[in-house]
Amino acid sequence: MLIAALVVALACTNAAGALDAQTVGKLGADDANTKNEAVNALVASGDEAALALLQSVQAGEASVTPAGRVVIVKGDQVFDAATMAPITPPPDQFESIVINNRLRGTLDAAVGALKLLSPDRATRLASARAIESTSQAAVLPLIEKALSKEGDPAIKSSLEQTKASLNLKSTDPAVRLAAVQKLGETNQARFKTVLQGFFEKDSAGKFVEPDEKVRSAAENSIDTIQSRLVISDYLGRLFTGLSLGSILLLVALGLAITYGLLGVINMAHGEMLMIGAYATYITQQLFKSYAPGLFDWYLVAAIPVAFVASGLVGMALERSVIRWLYGRPLETLLATWGISLFLIQLVRQLFGAQNVEVSNPTWMSGGIALPNLVLPYNRIVIIGFSMFVLLLMWVILNRTRLGLFVRAVTQNRAMASCVGVPTVRIDLLAFGLGSGIAGLAGVALSQIGNVGPDMGQGYIIDSFMVVVTGGVGQLAGTVYAALGLGVLSKFLEPHIGAVLTKILVLVLIIAFIQKRPQGLFALKGRAVET
Amino acid sequence: MKPENPTLRYAPRSEPFFTRGGWIALAGFAFITLILLPSLYVFVPDGHPLHVSAYTVTLVGKIMCYAIVAMAMNLIWGYTGILSLGHGVFFALGGYAFGMYLMRQIGADGQYRANMPDFMVFLDWKEFPWQWWNSDQFWWCALLVVLVPGLLAFVFGYFAFRSRVKGVYFSIITQALTYAAMLLFFRNATGFGGNNGFTDFKRILGIPITTPGARMALFAITAAVLIGTLLLGRFIVTSKFGRVLAAIRDAEQRVMFCGYNTVHYKLFVWTLSAVLCGVAGALYVPQVGIINPSEMSPANSIEIAIWVAVGGRGTLIGAIVGAGIVNGAKSFLTQAFPEVWLYFLGLLFILVTLFLPQGVVGVLGQIRDKLRVRKLARTQPAKAL
Repeated sequence: MLIAALVVALACTNAAGALDAQTVGKLGADDANTKNEAVNALVASGDEAALALLQSVQAGEASVTPAGRVVIVKGDQVFDAATMAPITPPPDQFESIVINNRLRGTLDAAVGALKLLSPDRATRLASARAIESTSQAAVLPLIEKALSKEGDPAIKSSLEQTKASLNLKSTDPAVRLAAVQKLGETNQARFKTVLQGFFEKDSAGKFVEPDEKVRSAAENSIDTIQSRLVISDYLGRLFTGLSLGSILLLVALGLAITYGLLGVINMAHGEMLMIGAYATYITQQLFKSYAPGLFDWYLVAAIPVAFVASGLVGMALERSVIRWLYGRPLETLLATWGISLFLIQLVRQLFGAQNVEVSNPTWMSGGIALPNLVLPYNRIVIIGFSMFVLLLMWVILNRTRLGLFVRAVTQNRAMASCVGVPTVRIDLLAFGLGSGIAGLAGVALSQIGNVGPDMGQGYIIDSFMVVVTGGVGQLAGTVYAALGLGVLSKFLEPHIGAVLTKILVLVLIIAFIQKRPQGLFALKGRAVET
Repeated sequence: MKPENPTLRYAPRSEPFFTRGGWIALAGFAFITLILLPSLYVFVPDGHPLHVSAYTVTLVGKIMCYAIVAMAMNLIWGYTGILSLGHGVFFALGGYAFGMYLMRQIGADGQYRANMPDFMVFLDWKEFPWQWWNSDQFWWCALLVVLVPGLLAFVFGYFAFRSRVKGVYFSIITQALTYAAMLLFFRNATGFGGNNGFTDFKRILGIPITTPGARMALFAITAAVLIGTLLLGRFIVTSKFGRVLAAIRDAEQRVMFCGYNTVHYKLFVWTLSAVLCGVAGALYVPQVGIINPSEMSPANSIEIAIWVAVGGRGTLIGAIVGAGIVNGAKSFLTQAFPEVWLYFLGLLFILVTLFLPQGVVGVLGQIRDKLRVRKLARTQPAKAL
């Protein structure tokens, strides 16, 4: 029947304009099977008029007159389905054609497949992608036809895959063999599953696939797909690991400064993130109301806003609370915890306990599609952003006078003070800097996670672990520790689950500081016992 | 950056508790909690002005459990200078260990009428996982209450103290410990009821748990344990061992140079503190009637520190006073002004560390000292100098 349809199809292509009236007439049949056949025959014709007709049928515009004539009803006007010529006077009686689920499936595939012949490349590509997972063998002749004309390699390979996957059900072992081999060249996980189906046995104990040769080819194909999948799987884990690592890095950089410099844990560090994220939210709302045209760039404007907001709050805290507790790290820890509770409740009352919505700018949605792997733009942007912040930190710490002072105070506070470094001012500025960096991290987090009053709570432990592992006083330690922990977590996660990964990483860190209590990159020289 | 060790500055000058008045106060406390309150609850009929409601008994019982935890925290933080932000895990482990027994005591009276805890039926488990071995035996669970927190603390402390993890490092790592444990207990697969934990207890040692008699007994036992903890604390603090602990707090390096192996001292008091928390947890669960992983949340553990700080670090009764004040305020505020509670708690953390480093008891002590000096100056001017 397929070959017959093909012949009909080829014959019909030239006779564009009117469709075969007999085939169109079958659409009006009561029997669903006949209707299906008609649709398939129309698809095989590959006619543009067929596309228009089938779309009308899909839209429920097709009706049938009591005489059995199929018509298309658009508003007041009635057209003949085969010729699309208006019928005057319109028939006074008609009944719409019933579309059941099966017919709808056939129609969807048919309409999709017909677009394969569109002159527009984008339409063809979209159509080729859309029918990739179809199981309607009826579109096969159309695919063949499209393939013979197609010049675009991407569309061609997509169509060849679809063709091969449809050919798997062919009755001819040679066709199946070719299809199986073809699928081995792809790298899609779903074909692996399909091919594995060949090795299942039916109730009689026979393989579903009777041919020995096809089975062994299928085995080969599965192996090649598998090896490609493993590679993309590892690439994916590496990417998510780097992404997690870059977030950890952003969060930990600020903490590394305040902890390295002042020897205090700022438990309100997570709330600095939260303030940065809410600053992003406010900027977004302002852009929405006052500059909707520039909305896509609100995030760029949010970066300095968040930095300044968190930095100022940080400096205020240093002045009002933390300053009085220097030399009493445990008390500082408790006091800053109190500050964090206070800030959480404050934000909860100002903005509500619910998460607020911060949307991605359009240029950050979507991603780079690799085979079996999508790298979202927002993650990529965040990795880039963390590198930018890192660079900024490096420049500040190593190329400015403030940085020189900060490093001096970190290494030896008493001596730095002796040679004239204004340690009190440096403490204030460094605390502001660390908090500001946390605000930047908040901007990044607002793009990938929820923005709510207690969003910062979960990060303090993770980021402190990074600081502990990396050691204080050098950026390199923080960088290696953050990226290392991120990638390690993501490589462990698929094997033992997220919770056990967290626990295992914690145990590893505790074991690690047994060996190197000062972290990966300790400052050289005598460590001053505190 | 290091001036002299700041803790020295507000080390308590005297222990008001060791005076004769202190002993009388303790006897009074014992009388009230062991005899007066329970009998007012059980024997005075409902509606009588002197009747104590079940709510009050549960609340005071709960606060006494917290007070034991605060005592344990005080031993390790107030006297040894090690701030743990993970004591919640020991408390919860003790609670879970005893909770297992209470779950087994439900028997077939659960929702599903099966001879297994409801959540296991729900998860379609056919037999008890290994953690539950022997959990229908009271003695075994009572043993676990002590062993599990003790063992965890010992192993964790051994590695931490051996590599001289101290100060904020130690604090954060203990916080990570309780956080990790919370995540672990949230999983259904861990075998302890996941999210919901244990609840709906029916009886203890075969006695229905909601009867006044059972409540009263639990209350009195808790009070007795609290008094015991206080006496144990006093014994430790006044012994030579306690002197070494205080020395470790004030100048660990010097203690080491004197030839003491500080790891042993710290490890002992750390493990003891964890065991006390476990016992408190075990007493808490039957009274409050629920235990779930949120007990292990880092926020809960850090709150323990503020109880001690409010009451007064390094003073024996400070911990009890602090636990009472903070938790009393909590149960009042969270009901009357729920949105104010976090402000209150946050400010408490800030203000106490800034202005009340010695806590309430310390301030009272200061006032009393001042009064005594003034009195002395009046009567014997020469001595007062």
